[in-house]
Amino acid sequence: MKLLTHNMLTSHVKGVINGYPLKLIARKVEVKDVQFNSDFISRMLKKVDWPVLKKTADMIGHGQSLPIELPVDFESNEGFLQSAHHALMEVEIIEGDLECPESGRLFPIQDGIPNMLLRKEETAQT
Amino acid sequence: MTCIPTPDYSHLKCYDSVYEPSEDSFLFLDALEQEQDFLKQINPLICVEVGSGSGIILTFLASILGGKSHYIGIDINEKASQCTQQSLCHHSIQNYDCICDNMLDSLSSRMRGTVDVLLFNPPYVPTPSDEVGGTGLSASWAGGMHGREVIDLLLPQVDSFLSDGGVFYLLTVEENRPGEICQLMAAKGLIASKVLTRRARNELLTVLKFIKKKLSKDDLK
Repeated sequence: MKLLTHNMLTSHVKGVINGYPLKLIARKVEVKDVQFNSDFISRMLKKVDWPVLKKTADMIGHGQSLPIELPVDFESNEGFLQSAHHALMEVEIIEGDLECPESGRLFPIQDGIPNMLLRKEETAQT
Repeated sequence: MTCIPTPDYSHLKCYDSVYEPSEDSFLFLDALEQEQDFLKQINPLICVEVGSGSGIILTFLASILGGKSHYIGIDINEKASQCTQQSLCHHSIQNYDCICDNMLDSLSSRMRGTVDVLLFNPPYVPTPSDEVGGTGLSASWAGGMHGREVIDLLLPQVDSFLSDGGVFYLLTVEENRPGEICQLMAAKGLIASKVLTRRARNELLTVLKFIKKKLSKDDLK
């Protein structure tokens, strides 16, 4: 699971009001080469919650090159876009957990796939 | 029209638990191939498939659109999520993630209005209602009453997750009452059309397309 996707996921356990962001507990992380496309990254950054990306990348030791705030000139700042690309697309969480910030429910990540499925009694529909 | 090769899925060997690509899957591929100019033109950033199964459809979409989009495959069946991952990886697609979940449940509300392409080849076979809700192979086909029970769970979410100008492709059979689905979606302001129809054995399959209109300046006043 890429940090880009982590940035999009939320906990939907019944009763939870704010399940975002999920705390990432990474046990196995790999870095994979992904072709850099500056247009893709700069468009995607408009949809990304930057503070969440920065904090999550920092927690797993891949946030050093990321600024605290999204630079004003991010669309034309090639060096920054490369760093953002690395954090969003190349850092892969292979094994770990995603922890719901409110309920503490753990969603396991195995072989790079987060399992967000809830048991019946955890879902809002009855 | 450029001919896009059917993704190779000979490496997948999990058909005791994951739906094996069949006529409906291939009709979906043909529909996407027919739509390739439109798909390239809308320049999608985020593409999501619900019920990605073997991964053949999402892989095909990625081979049309290439590395300028992020592809997310969601399946309620963990083994299917693994198959989707293998399929994308086997075809050297890099910009993707697979998630095991029910529908779009775990996509944060921040994702509303951001999905540019949404694909759904649903469990469309009419079955007794109590056959719906599994997480194994039956989840790939058991559709409940009129084969609509799972489709009807996704339809109300489509409009809010699609971006302006975004598109939703849905495969149906005649028993799902595709005309009624088009009316339902049109009532939400989505422009409905048929992409392809084909008879496969006893099933009359149709791929439907729904576009979320871009708001014009007049709409925003």
